[in-house]
Amino acid sequence: MKPVYINSVASISAQSTFDNSVFLEDIAEHTDNVIRAMNPNYKEFIPPAAARRMAKGIKMGVATSKIALKEANLENVDAIITGTGLGCIADSEKFVSKIINDNEEYLTPTSFIQSTHNTVAGQIALGIGCKGYNFTYVHSSISFESALLDAKLQLENDEAQNILVGGVDELADHHIKIHKLVNHIKKDVVNSRDLLESGTKGAVFGEGASFFVLSNEKSETTYAQVLDVTAYNSLPAEELQNGLKSFLHENSLEIEDIDIVVLGNNGDIDYDTYYNLLSQGSLKNTAQVYYKHLCGEFNTASSFGIWMATKMIRTQRIPEAVRLNGIQPSKIGTVLLYNQYRGENHSLVLLRGC
Amino acid sequence: MGKGIAITGMGIISAIGNNVEENYRSLVEGKKGISRIVKIDTVHKDALMVGEIDFTNQELEAYLGLDTNNNYSRSALLGAYAARQAVSDAKITDVNSSKTGLVSATTVGGMDKTEQYYYKYFEDKKVQKYIEGHHAGDSTQKIAEQLGIHNSLVTTISTACSSAANAILFGARLLKSGKLDRVIVGGTDGLSKFTLNGFKTLMIQSDTYNTPFDENRKGLNLGEAAAFLVLESDKSVQRENKEVLAYVKGWGNANDAFHQTASSEHGDGATLAMQKALKVGGLKGEEIDYINAHGTATPNNDLSEGRAFLRVFGNGVPDFSSTKGYTGHTLAAAGGVEAVFSVLALRHNVIFPNLNFKNPMKEFHLRPRAELKKRKLNTVLSNSLGFGGNCSTLIFSKEA
Repeated sequence: MKPVYINSVASISAQSTFDNSVFLEDIAEHTDNVIRAMNPNYKEFIPPAAARRMAKGIKMGVATSKIALKEANLENVDAIITGTGLGCIADSEKFVSKIINDNEEYLTPTSFIQSTHNTVAGQIALGIGCKGYNFTYVHSSISFESALLDAKLQLENDEAQNILVGGVDELADHHIKIHKLVNHIKKDVVNSRDLLESGTKGAVFGEGASFFVLSNEKSETTYAQVLDVTAYNSLPAEELQNGLKSFLHENSLEIEDIDIVVLGNNGDIDYDTYYNLLSQGSLKNTAQVYYKHLCGEFNTASSFGIWMATKMIRTQRIPEAVRLNGIQPSKIGTVLLYNQYRGENHSLVLLRGC
Repeated sequence: MGKGIAITGMGIISAIGNNVEENYRSLVEGKKGISRIVKIDTVHKDALMVGEIDFTNQELEAYLGLDTNNNYSRSALLGAYAARQAVSDAKITDVNSSKTGLVSATTVGGMDKTEQYYYKYFEDKKVQKYIEGHHAGDSTQKIAEQLGIHNSLVTTISTACSSAANAILFGARLLKSGKLDRVIVGGTDGLSKFTLNGFKTLMIQSDTYNTPFDENRKGLNLGEAAAFLVLESDKSVQRENKEVLAYVKGWGNANDAFHQTASSEHGDGATLAMQKALKVGGLKGEEIDYINAHGTATPNNDLSEGRAFLRVFGNGVPDFSSTKGYTGHTLAAAGGVEAVFSVLALRHNVIFPNLNFKNPMKEFHLRPRAELKKRKLNTVLSNSLGFGGNCSTLIFSKEA
């Protein structure tokens, strides 16, 4: 089995993250219950005529994929694998509302075509002329981890040498409104610094894209090695700590070997309990960080978590704004990530600096 | 040469039957499931033909024993129904007795409820339960719940019309790598106004019975279906002394990288996918006995796929037929439906007819098999080609 490396990273989020030369030095504070991704100058990545027709999710995906390819010094890859919880949801909404409003008349194909979940992966392939393997996973909060797992298995078995892996989700109006109705989005706005102390139901929704080139060849651009990734459709709270332990043991690791844990807390009083079990339990003495106050909650927010973990490994620095406790590790080597959404679709990922 | 992955169970519900036996009977009797739209309230009722499943949502809910507070979309209901058949066919009594995962596929997800309650969500609290069911992964979570799969790998693929084929492909990879001992793989898509109108704007839907590979083909009929296979590792098969129905022998996915919805003129993606699958299976072109084609009966698909056959097989294109004339194009489920049909073809040594074929296409001499043909089959190749240039090929075989 070959080792699997992350050879480049790229992220567009509600923070200024698309410039890889900096790493969360200036934090954008948000006081809202929905936070949008900052737009880079898309003209640098996509011809303006093409960009006009593209949904924000496609633009974010295409731009981050280009940044990631460039950083890895590649023009093409053997495979493109994306994760997205909702695909181009704004186009889905446009098409559904037109069906209803105009009683199935006067419809045009553009928004239907773009609404397909694999549009971003297809557009990236079209853009770089990649005829290789092209997959899209759409399973809520493990959409990105599914893509990561698929890529890892292919690289380990040497079925591919370089794979572009990414997570992307966009916000859309109807989606926001109905999730406010059921309190999946917080009723009241909250300042990002106070997210975990909000004491209320629901999350602050966000959007973004993070893409990575994974390879089974180490290069001068390598950030980290992907040791393992796993996902569970369900995981009762009382089994969480044991689940974590057996995951670590499968990788011949103990809790003490983890330098930092990256947790997916989103400030939802009903479901942050899962994270608290670990942060106040077996990972009590481990340096802890979180990130959803920076990027918001969305199905592929955990890809931002991976982005942050790789940058911490590279810079050997923990940005002040993401600390959950005051523990300072002697080095940032082995990083564990844990995420879940509303008590379902849990994931554990292990990265190691190299 | 790769060793095949064992298939130990199958389940299906489609417009031509509510289980594997009914589907088989319809296939050999040439009984199509295409008709006017009954269950969906659409203005296009008289302009389109579809492959609808007889069961209503209420009947499916009753079968699954769901209470009235459930928030299952039609895709979730159909998926759970077919997946339960597959697990029972594989004689699995305790799904958690070994590491068992689920990889499902859907394009529609909970869209049928979204389009019904899009504005009602704001007025009627009772229908708000469907909000959580919109995303594609929800149907898969529910299928896992119905099968009793806990604390395991459960995920969803959505790559348009090749989705279920890709779920089978990923399932094979998970077993090969030892991540799982067993995996239930397939796809589900209920009909919705969203897809009916979407394909209407593309002007590739037929107002009559679809006619794959016919010169005068007018487009596809949409259909709804769910179909699942149980795949098991060699160890799992040996330990439980399982009967193996057939093997997934080869698989390949490639991208046309040509256009968001249309296939390239010469079928680059389909050619690559078939070549990859042959390579993975360690097979030569002449070892393929039958092709269950994607054959949607759109002008573009059938031309592009046919040309890809010629590129891969040269003068030796095997017997081929499309079964879309029976079921319609069941989108994300199609690769699962046709996997079941391919295994049935192998087990019964029969090539299913390509319904409604009259006139060969002028671009090439290829003619699909229009009549039922009994013949010993060892390998069947199945194609699934979709939007985003997504092309997948699976090869099924009798021998590992």
